[in-house]
Amino acid sequence: MKYMVLIGSTAEGWDHLSKPEQDALYQKISDWWAEHAAAGEILEGHQLQPVETATTIRIARDGRTAVTDGPFVEGKEMVGGYAVIDVPDLDAAIRLMSGWPAPDVLEIRPVVDSRD
Amino acid sequence: MVDRPQVDASLEAVLREERARLTGALVRIIGDWDLAEELVQDAAVAALEHWPVDGIPRNPGAWLMTTARRRAVDRLRRHVRYRERLAELTAEATQMDTPIPTGGPLAADDRLSLLFTCCHPALSRESQVALTLRTVGGLETPAVARAFLVPEATIAQRLVRAKRKIRDANIPYRVPDVVELPPRLEQVLTVLYLIFNEGYLASSGDAPERRELAADAEWLTSLLVRLMPDEPEPMGLLALMRLHVARAAARFTQDGSMVLLAEQDRSLWDRAAIGAAQELLERALRIGRPGPFQVQAAIVAVHASAAKYAETDWAEIVALYDQLLRLQPTPVVALNRALAVGELSGPQAALEEIEPLGERLADYHLYHAARAELLRRVGRSEEALVADRRALELTDNPAEQELLRARVASADREQPS
Repeated sequence: MKYMVLIGSTAEGWDHLSKPEQDALYQKISDWWAEHAAAGEILEGHQLQPVETATTIRIARDGRTAVTDGPFVEGKEMVGGYAVIDVPDLDAAIRLMSGWPAPDVLEIRPVVDSRD
Repeated sequence: MVDRPQVDASLEAVLREERARLTGALVRIIGDWDLAEELVQDAAVAALEHWPVDGIPRNPGAWLMTTARRRAVDRLRRHVRYRERLAELTAEATQMDTPIPTGGPLAADDRLSLLFTCCHPALSRESQVALTLRTVGGLETPAVARAFLVPEATIAQRLVRAKRKIRDANIPYRVPDVVELPPRLEQVLTVLYLIFNEGYLASSGDAPERRELAADAEWLTSLLVRLMPDEPEPMGLLALMRLHVARAAARFTQDGSMVLLAEQDRSLWDRAAIGAAQELLERALRIGRPGPFQVQAAIVAVHASAAKYAETDWAEIVALYDQLLRLQPTPVVALNRALAVGELSGPQAALEEIEPLGERLADYHLYHAARAELLRRVGRSEEALVADRRALELTDNPAEQELLRARVASADREQPS
C-alpha cells in the first residue's frame, strides 16, 4: 500500500538549532532515507526549496488562471519535502515515519490505487 | 416454549457477547465493516426470534455464525469483488460449527482486534467512542446518538467516516505488537473511561441510554480484562469503575440533586461491591506494573474505605497523587493533588498550589469551583463568588449547574451587592 508523506517543518523545530546542528540533522535524515530507500520502503521523494520560492496557480471553473506568489496553504507548518512510501498498512507507515530523525510534522495520506 | 422474561435477560447477555465475537470474525474474513455489521444484525434478529422458542443453543456463537454465513453466501455471490472471500468464509464457518470453548484464543483475538481497531489513534476520539459502542458494544446507532445527546445523523456520519478511513487508509485489524501495545492499550482504556464517565456523570433527568453508558463501558472493560488477563491496567480501570458504581446511590438525593463526597450518606455505599473492587485492584497491583488507572483506583479505594469523610487518610491520598503526577503530569492531576493537600494542610496551602495552574486550567470548570470553595474557607468570599460564577458559565452538566447556582444564590443572600 502506497502512502504520500508530506514533511512539514515549523520554526520551533529548526530555528533554535545552530548551523552545525542543522547540518548534523541533515546528515541523519540523509542516512535514514538511504537506509529505508534501500529496504524498498521509500519509493521516492525530495526535499523542497523554502516556501518563499513557491508559486500558486488557481484555475477557475471557466478555465481562467491566476498566478500568485506563495504556497496555497498558509499555516504554521510549511511543507519542506515529501516521500512516497510503500508499506503493508497504516501502522507500518506510522512506525516507519515515527523514526524520522528531525523535529518536524508529518502528514500521511494514502495514495489512491487506480486499480480500485 | 421457554419462559419469555427468564430467557430475555440471559439472551441479551449471550447475544451481546457473541455478536461482538461474530462481528470480529466477519470483519477479519470479509474485510468489510459495513457488510459484517449488517450480517451480524440479521443474525441477531434471527436469534431474537428463535432462541425464546427453541432455547439458547449450546454454542450460541456457532449458531449465529451459521445463520450469518447463510446470508453472507447469498450476499457475496451477488458481488464479484467478494468471490475470493467466499471460499474463506465457507471454510471459517465449518470451523465455527464445531464447538469451540468460550474465550478460546481464536475467538478472543477477534474481539480484541476489533476493540484495538475501533480505538486506533488515527481515528478521532469521537469516532473511537461511537465505533466502539456500535461495533464492540453492539449498541444501535440511535441509542448511541441518544446517549451522547447528538442527532442520529451525526453519529451515523461519524461511523461512516471512521469506517471509510479504516478501509482507505488501511488501518490494520489486529492487536498491536508488544512494542506498540502500551500506548495503544492506554488509548483503548481512555475511550472506555470516557464512555463510563459520560454515563456516570449523567443525572436522573437524562435519557436512560445516557445513564446506561456506565454499564456499557463496565461491560467492555470486563471483556478486556478477560481477554488480557496479564495486563494490570484494564483491571485497574475496571476496579476504578466498580468503586464509583458501588457508591453511586449516595451521589444524588431523591429529587436528583448532586451530593458532594464530604456530605454523602456512606451507609448507602455498597460495602460488598467496594470489597470486591478492592480485591480486583490488589490483583492488578500484584502484577507489579503500576499505571495511571491502578493509581486512580487506589485513590478512590482510600476514599471508599473511610467510614466518615473526617477519617479519610489524606496523607495516603497525597502520596498516591504524587505517584499519579509522575505517571501523568497534567494540570488536572496537579489540581486534584492540591485539593488533597488542602485537606491535609489547610485551604491556604491548597490555594498556593493551585494558583500557578490557573492559566492552563482557565477553561476547566472544576478548577474554578474548587478554587471558590478554598477561597470561601479562607474568608475571601467575594473572590469565591466570582470563581463560582465562572465555573457555572463553563459547565454543561445540569447537576453541577444546579449545585453551583445554589452556592452563588446563598452567597448573594449573605452579601447583597
